[in-house]
Amino acid sequence: MRVNRKSLLAAGAVAVVATLGLASCASGDSGSDGDASASGTLTVWVDAERVDALKGAAEAYTEKTGVEVELVGKDNADIKDDFIQQVPTGKGPDITMGAHDWLGELSTNGVVAPIELGDSAGDYLPVAIDASTYEGTVYMLPYAVENIAMLRNADLVAEAATSYDDMIKKSNDAGLAQTFVVEQGAEGNPYHLYPFQTAFGAPVFGTTEEGYNPEDLQLGSAGGEEFAKWLGAHGKTGTGDFNTDIDADIAKDAFLTGKTAFWLTGPWNVGSAIDAGINVAIDPVPSPTADPASPFAGVKGFFISAESENKVAANDFLVNYIGTEDVQLDLFEAGNILPALEAAAESASSDPIIEGFAAVGDEAVPMPAIPAMGSVWQYWGIAEADVINGADPVATWQKLTADVQAAIAG
Amino acid sequence: MSTMIDDEVGTAPPQRPTKRQRRAANIADAASGGVRMLLVKMLFLAILDAVALYAAFILVTGGQWLVAALVALVAAVVNWIYFSRRRLPAKYLAPGIIFLVVFQVFVLIYTGYIAFTNYGTGHNGSKEQAVSSLMASSLQRVEDSPTYPVTVVDQFGTLGLLVTDPDGDALVGTNDQPLQEVDAEMEGGEAVAVDGWTSLSFADVLARTDEITELAVPFSDDPNDGAVRTPDGSNAYLYVSSLEYDEAAGTMTDLSSGTVYSDIGTGAFTSGDGEELLPGWQIVVGFDNFVRAVTDERLAEPLVYVTLWTFAFALISVASTFFLGLFLAIVFNDMRMRGRRYYRVLMILPYAIPSFLSALIWAGMMNESFGFINQVLLGGASVPWLTDPWMAKVSVLLVNLWLGFPYMFLVTTGALQSIPDDITEAATVDGAKPWQVFRLIKLPLLLVSVAPLLIASFAFNFNNFNVIYMLTDGGPRDSSAPIPVGFTDILISMVYKVAFTGQSRDYGLASAYSIIIFIVVAVISIIAFRRTKTLEELN
Repeated sequence: MRVNRKSLLAAGAVAVVATLGLASCASGDSGSDGDASASGTLTVWVDAERVDALKGAAEAYTEKTGVEVELVGKDNADIKDDFIQQVPTGKGPDITMGAHDWLGELSTNGVVAPIELGDSAGDYLPVAIDASTYEGTVYMLPYAVENIAMLRNADLVAEAATSYDDMIKKSNDAGLAQTFVVEQGAEGNPYHLYPFQTAFGAPVFGTTEEGYNPEDLQLGSAGGEEFAKWLGAHGKTGTGDFNTDIDADIAKDAFLTGKTAFWLTGPWNVGSAIDAGINVAIDPVPSPTADPASPFAGVKGFFISAESENKVAANDFLVNYIGTEDVQLDLFEAGNILPALEAAAESASSDPIIEGFAAVGDEAVPMPAIPAMGSVWQYWGIAEADVINGADPVATWQKLTADVQAAIAG
Repeated sequence: MSTMIDDEVGTAPPQRPTKRQRRAANIADAASGGVRMLLVKMLFLAILDAVALYAAFILVTGGQWLVAALVALVAAVVNWIYFSRRRLPAKYLAPGIIFLVVFQVFVLIYTGYIAFTNYGTGHNGSKEQAVSSLMASSLQRVEDSPTYPVTVVDQFGTLGLLVTDPDGDALVGTNDQPLQEVDAEMEGGEAVAVDGWTSLSFADVLARTDEITELAVPFSDDPNDGAVRTPDGSNAYLYVSSLEYDEAAGTMTDLSSGTVYSDIGTGAFTSGDGEELLPGWQIVVGFDNFVRAVTDERLAEPLVYVTLWTFAFALISVASTFFLGLFLAIVFNDMRMRGRRYYRVLMILPYAIPSFLSALIWAGMMNESFGFINQVLLGGASVPWLTDPWMAKVSVLLVNLWLGFPYMFLVTTGALQSIPDDITEAATVDGAKPWQVFRLIKLPLLLVSVAPLLIASFAFNFNNFNVIYMLTDGGPRDSSAPIPVGFTDILISMVYKVAFTGQSRDYGLASAYSIIIFIVVAVISIIAFRRTKTLEELN
């Protein structure tokens, strides 16, 4: 009996502590809600790696206007879904960092507010403004433009390749184990293959004044089938340049260890190549045809929440502070991607690496943000992977086109 | 846990109490120490009440009445239970029940509720939010219109905009009053103040953000000329709206095409020919999601083989991990083996590594051209571990075996040690062979205690999303299927792909599917538990 009472009291103590924890959780959640509406604080969700770059702008803004700017570092992968879920509850941020290909989804969910860039719209790179516009309305303040390019190990191959075949030849002349690498995977990676596809004159969608037109699917044009044939000829049963077993890590390893001199990738990988002591040069993507090989451009920027209670301050902060050369350069230093503001892009281009990417970026087209693109991604990669692994190129490509058309029609 | 591994405890002579036992005894003594314990109890309850009071206060100021009432109620009940001299069972049960309600019951009910709504992409918030979002995005800046420098001004509580037009003239207007020319005080070519109006400082502007967001000053008497709005309080632009909302009729009208979109109860404004204006809003849709879940034609064919594979995956995983775990437990239970403890620690390692991580590492090792297994272990072979439909299934099972056997090893080790040695001895004296002892005596006794865990393990593996998602992501893809399903997809990973494809998130459909899967697993588990009751009669 005695034992029972003891353990009972111990259990009582545990229970109270537990309930205590529970209650404090509840109060924590609700506390932040009350604070946000009361004071003039701008809450900004920022990719955790760029918090420091924005601190200066945030402090300068607070000093000038008295509006506190609270920067919340978030994992880039969670921002979009968290934003969509939290904005309608009123607990989301006023501003979030993001990428232009989220636009279709954010707009369909009604969680973003339009941004008026006013006369400053002309100060940005045209591709950045195109990408920030959805159905004729600007929703994003762009800060960086990102695209892939051909990284070359200048110690192994001294000169840039003039065409795809030239690159293969230069690679073979240098006696390298692999001609070139580009990340793929069991389900392909159409983003990285897109430059080759555009060289054959087969963009995904046609364009109108308002942007990409989901009803004009160009993917299945004659150029698309030509591309598929070419891809098949360089795949597993052909020359073997493309291999779906090469994923991001394997591609990186091949370039860093000098197994290959050419790596088709983005600015996010340049740092590790330089750290590995490689003499990196940035070249345009060598085209397999006479036309240029233009990659997708990804544009990064800031969105304002549709439910923000501080829209005036949010607009002011973005358009008049983030849209200045100094802040754009700060952000550039944090991420090493080309600033979206033209003046900042020019200063940043004094770096040969950035200049290289910027030159390729001149040819780049914004990645479509329209919801129909989701249906394309679903089938595109797997079809390309099948072609690389020896499936009949034309038949596979026709099936891809049919599947995408059916999915878009719903 | 430690006693299960440490088999010496049962056989060793009585020892002095360990440090941990002494500490437990101290706590127990302290717990019974009348006044001191009472004080501790009072202290904890006081802290609890303080926090609850604070939480309720914050919630009430935030307008969350229901949650505030619940917090107060729970705090009151907890106080009543622990101050009472009786309520012995409640003192035991209250904390567990509170946690059960918060972390299990609430989540279940909420999932159930979502299954009956159209929550997902395009139906994300309330109707009010959808309307305001549609109206905001329907504003189009008038082409080639200039940027107007503005000052926000106030007259007896009514906000107005003091606009400087490109000719340098000052104009003022309000929501109801179109822009009119006025004589204003100019500064640097911009109008900053006008008689009869108070100019707002930037701080004032921010304080009245809501009103300023709503402020649209008609450009002229003709509404087609549009209205001037200021997004940032210092510059204004001329906008026309392409949509008109009629709240009384509940319709949206596209002013350029004249199409009328009305609320027909589907959670979005819909035109006569079925075209929807998105964003829409969340509504309750009854059993629609369940109907869609079972009648989706795209799923008809994949559903059959995915279901078969799900059962095969769960059953084979349970069987393989159980028998490997049992085999190792028997081997390491043998007294003649030296250094058993070290081996046991090694055996448990796969269990200690997060399954996310190990699945990703296995995916790397099984890469066909570059993986460690093909390149190093098999000397450059090209076994399509993850890319051939059948090999991928074998690989998934192998990796899951690697991840799962330590658990079974731990459980069976504990259960084996609880079987008294004299039973084995008696059997041996009666002339039974080791295999007979195992099969006829040890295994049935073992199953009595382990069978419920096997059922739980089946339920776990039936929904083992992590391994599939991290290792193969359901692949290799079945390129003939109309949805992006693969040959190693189990039901839960297929549901994930169907409900969350591309840019669309269909939480309603996903919840409906997960409820269906829950029912399947629950029915199987109930039947299995009934069966295992017969085992208990062995004891």
